[in-house]
Amino acid sequence: MTVLVFSGLIFTGALSAGLLGSLTGLGGGVVLIPLLTLLFKVDIHYAIGASLVSVIATSSGAAAAYVRDGISNIRLGMFLEVATTVGAVAGASLATHLSTAVIAIVFGVVLILSAVLSFFKNQDNLVTGPGSRLTQWLKLAGSYPTPQGRQNYTVKNVVGGFLTMNVAGVLSGMLGIGSGALKVLAMDSIMRSPFKVSTTTSNFMIGVTAAASAGIYLNKGYIDPGLSMPVMLGVLVGAFMGSRILTKAKVSQLKKIFAAVIGLLAIEMIYNGIHHTI
Amino acid sequence: MGAIRKKIQDQDLEKIIGQLLRTGVLVSSAVVLAGGIVYLIRHGGQQPQFGTFHGEPDKMKSPGPMCRAIRHGEGRPLIALGLLLLILTPIARIVFSIFGYLLEKDYLYVSITLFVLAVILWNF
Repeated sequence: MTVLVFSGLIFTGALSAGLLGSLTGLGGGVVLIPLLTLLFKVDIHYAIGASLVSVIATSSGAAAAYVRDGISNIRLGMFLEVATTVGAVAGASLATHLSTAVIAIVFGVVLILSAVLSFFKNQDNLVTGPGSRLTQWLKLAGSYPTPQGRQNYTVKNVVGGFLTMNVAGVLSGMLGIGSGALKVLAMDSIMRSPFKVSTTTSNFMIGVTAAASAGIYLNKGYIDPGLSMPVMLGVLVGAFMGSRILTKAKVSQLKKIFAAVIGLLAIEMIYNGIHHTI
Repeated sequence: MGAIRKKIQDQDLEKIIGQLLRTGVLVSSAVVLAGGIVYLIRHGGQQPQFGTFHGEPDKMKSPGPMCRAIRHGEGRPLIALGLLLLILTPIARIVFSIFGYLLEKDYLYVSITLFVLAVILWNF
């Protein structure tokens, strides 16, 4: 296989990953890394680097549309980025000391958890009222557009959400993924913000979280331009298509299919990790 | 009156942040695409070598060597420059937010945002 054919195939795979990742809010990284390592036999360090870059592209590309439409809660995102960026730096530093087998196994476990989590978060929350003193002090209440006009909401369990975001940051930095599933869990199931606010604010935060570990990855030489080019461009085109569909589409069916796919990929990652064939 | 004014500024801020993200992604992907075309013309017929990890040379990592290699007509350092611009996009968003919160006199969020920026820049 020549570089030209290889780049074309990677571009196509990355496009699909970006589209699915953007639609489900799980991010492109969760399928990209198994795709690159299992199918294309790319070293997991390069796969993580290319994935991280694409995660920044997905997040920034799709977030541009959500932010403009006023769905994302910018203050909530900014506050929680304190937790995710600190976690990401710790995770990226940790990753440089771990063997590829260990990274593959941890990745597989996180994939399975992401797949399972995606079944638990279809509830549509709406918490109204003044909220706790901490919520008020941090100005975390907001409003988002609905067909009936802008709906006000507030959030709960700020501390629990913050700590979960910290874990999401560690995993993001360690594995080069956006940790979208865990970020959405922190906001949706723990802080009880409305689902659309959770997914779009998560998307908004992913780029900043990834930028925090990108410096470490760049210095360690994880980001290979030749590989990252088709990955980033493919994911970006896919994510752009996804952002056009998201505000209209019902994604619950798609999420089930996607969860099944990443569950299978996870098992293969763990198997390869245990047998040191990755 | 104060509450209404804050609301308007918040939405203006959101519009500009959206525009900033969009521009950053478009510019960086244009640079990556340009570098990609050069790379595929020069190396398209070779075998891909991503199976084993061997790190990256300086011209793929830091701006100085990157620009020198780009002037020699190399494709991959140009891709690397585009990737660097992409990484800088969310960082630029953070910097912009600091000014936004300063205008709103929201010093709590100025501090929060400065902290996030410090964590990110500490590793570059």
